[in-house]
Amino acid sequence: MTRAGRVSGGLAGPGLAGAGLAGAGLAGAGLAGAGLAGTGQLTRLALRRDRIALPASVYVIVAAVAGTAYTFKKLYPTAAGRAALAATGEGNPALRFLYGRLYGSSIGALTTWRYGIWAGIFAALVAIFVVVRHTRTDEEAGRLELVGSAVVGRDAPLVAALLTAITPILAVTVLLAVALPFTGLPATGSAMLALGIGACGLAFTGIAAVAAQLSATARAARGIALGALGVAFMLRGVGDAAGAGGPSWLSWLSPLAWIQFARPFAAERWWVLALPLAVFALGVAAAFRLADRRDLGAGLLPGRPGRPAASRLLSGPFGLAWRLQRGALAGWVAGYAVTFAASGAAAKGIGQLFGTSTALQREFTRLGGQAAIVNAYLAALMLLAGLVAAAYATSAVLRLRAEETDGRAETVLATRTGRVRWALSHIAVAVGGTAVLLAVAGVATGLGYGLRTGSAGTEVARMLGAAIAQLPASLALAAVAVLLFGLRPGAAVPGAWTAVGLAVAIELFGQVLQVSHWVLDISPFTHSARLPGGTLTAAPVLWLSLAALAFAVLGLSGLRRRDIG
Amino acid sequence: MNATGTGARNAIEVRGLRKSFGRTRALDGLDLSVRAGEVHAFLGPNGAGKTTTIRVLLGLLRKDGGEARLLGGDPWRDATALHGRLAYVPGDVTLWPSLTGGEIIDLLGRLRGGLDAKRRQALIERFDLDPAKKARAYSKGNRQKVALVAALASDAELLILDEPTAGLDPLMEATFRECVNDERRGGRTILLSSHILSEAEALADRVTIIRDGRAVETGTLAEMRHLTRNLVDAELAAPADLADIPGVHDLDVRGTRVRCQVDHAALDDVLSRLTTAGVRSLTCRPPTLEELFLRHYSAERAGLGARS
Repeated sequence: MTRAGRVSGGLAGPGLAGAGLAGAGLAGAGLAGAGLAGTGQLTRLALRRDRIALPASVYVIVAAVAGTAYTFKKLYPTAAGRAALAATGEGNPALRFLYGRLYGSSIGALTTWRYGIWAGIFAALVAIFVVVRHTRTDEEAGRLELVGSAVVGRDAPLVAALLTAITPILAVTVLLAVALPFTGLPATGSAMLALGIGACGLAFTGIAAVAAQLSATARAARGIALGALGVAFMLRGVGDAAGAGGPSWLSWLSPLAWIQFARPFAAERWWVLALPLAVFALGVAAAFRLADRRDLGAGLLPGRPGRPAASRLLSGPFGLAWRLQRGALAGWVAGYAVTFAASGAAAKGIGQLFGTSTALQREFTRLGGQAAIVNAYLAALMLLAGLVAAAYATSAVLRLRAEETDGRAETVLATRTGRVRWALSHIAVAVGGTAVLLAVAGVATGLGYGLRTGSAGTEVARMLGAAIAQLPASLALAAVAVLLFGLRPGAAVPGAWTAVGLAVAIELFGQVLQVSHWVLDISPFTHSARLPGGTLTAAPVLWLSLAALAFAVLGLSGLRRRDIG
Repeated sequence: MNATGTGARNAIEVRGLRKSFGRTRALDGLDLSVRAGEVHAFLGPNGAGKTTTIRVLLGLLRKDGGEARLLGGDPWRDATALHGRLAYVPGDVTLWPSLTGGEIIDLLGRLRGGLDAKRRQALIERFDLDPAKKARAYSKGNRQKVALVAALASDAELLILDEPTAGLDPLMEATFRECVNDERRGGRTILLSSHILSEAEALADRVTIIRDGRAVETGTLAEMRHLTRNLVDAELAAPADLADIPGVHDLDVRGTRVRCQVDHAALDDVLSRLTTAGVRSLTCRPPTLEELFLRHYSAERAGLGARS
């Protein structure tokens, strides 16, 4: 065994050894076999590199699930109320598409329904990003080569990456199993739900490990694993929505649905846990086999060659900006189409759902600001579409800053392309993309709702208008990004995202917390019309558009005067 | 300061250029003139201010003071118009990872206002570049080649190359030198920033050496050598004493072997003294650019205390 020769020692850096984090002990002495030398150090290094992101994602998942359990307890104190909610949830195919099936009407069952699958999705995302980041990304960047030339076992990097992904998943599982009973849920069901979510994360750890071996680039590896997650969501979405007589068996093909099929809080079926664990085991075994057979840097799937010459479209700054951003926009459009079609379809019968809790009904009427619950719900959806579109627009504008700091802007600006034209090329994509996203949100919501109520034509037109009414507010936030990029480039990224976060916080919590009007008025969405149901007036649209224009002009004139790079 | 007059014929004319980043003074009264049609090497170690100068000339940075003229225009005010007449290869080439090398070459050509398709093809073959590969798969050297091919295939009258051979292998470095010589014959002006002295020695018509944001020496290599000492190494029939000749430095006599550095003016005296003693072998050569450079830097370093 030639590999045994490399054992002993490891990357015994004193700095790393001192940075002991929870979970690193897993990789300790027990794994010091052949090919695994250095695993402990590599795991500690990886956990150290992710020391902010991992605890944050663990917190988000645990808080979301435990918070949901707590909220249900507060909102639905009576069994009758819960039964009504469960009946609506079960009867509405769109809600089943979004959240899955319901088993029972206890608070635990409702929590599982509302957040079980979504917590599974978050756990899967954590697993995918962590595994790919510490395998293929490192390999692609050449860091693995550096590490591999030190006294590190051949299998150590992959084991370390897996341990790094397992650590937060384990933390989520343990914390949920401990925290949920404190909200009053039964311990057994809590453990089952926690294990179901954790096992789902493990399944995608295995899938991501294989994906990272298959492709030669981290980007493609993430694409494969995220594609698998998307397919898993759609399979169970269609299967769950199908109901009796439809292809409801499709759900069984999806690791996400196994969480609900394990039936936490409803006569737990422990054997279902074997399915995700088997996917994990198979994936990890396959990943090790693939890793052993290939060369460093190589992938099983050949990298696709591209065009040896540019098409006519790629001939100026606008063509370039479109080319750089079209992939991301396509992803956003697809996400918008699915989310809003399903959410729109859920609108029918939403009255019953919210009729089940007087507290919730009051809340929702307030959120939309209208009396009619369906309109309030649809208006809230459009507000959400506007807020998320503002986030898209901000990310599209901030691409300018990334191009600048990565040094690619310099290459373009050393040609006949002037600064303003270059900036406008990306701003144009941001503006056009935001308009497209809002239009998609409107049409999808209108179709989803209209097809179920038999009035698709009117609903599409009505919702399209309602969605487009959010455009000035979304663009006003994007204009803040332009302003900062031109005047304070160093603060552009944190500043622009703070603005978006502030708008989201004000819209979601502002009225609940009863903050002053001055604060509410900061968010551009406070000024845009609540449609459908509200009335559209010209003045706020005009003011928002003028403000956006002024910000953009100020930003661009700042860009003309400042240093680049 | 008067930048016109001599500056009118020059592709680049910089006088007393100053630029600071916060409290760091990157350029401290830099002078640089590049004549039309010449290959001008811009030499200095990392951090001397080469890239900052270039970025001011490209209108990416705004100067704090001094004069800068590029192709007869103001590099800040007339940036867009001037950029149509030049091609720039940055020192650290970053490309769009999702585009192929061929796409980037065409894109940059179009952004500059034209690309010679035949020359593009010839250069791609000459530099042995695979244009169908995505940029994220290129090594540093290959990224450099993409930028070089794009610049050399353009019709620009001025090429600004910032350390263009960092990352190229020796074979490609030779190809690059051939290309630069072709361009010189074609009448293009090239500003070549580098810290590789052999490259400058092989390619440049004139050289500017900078240190701490200031030009410390400029001229042709011959001129710069003329101002400095020759290295004499002789094997003699009988011992000879040169110590009394003014202009002889670092004398090292070991029996009949004599080594020393000699000022130009003293060369006649030294040679006649050597021939009197009888010469068995003799080499007398001007210093290499590297020796010039190092001498300059060690002298500067020695004088550092006096300067501040």
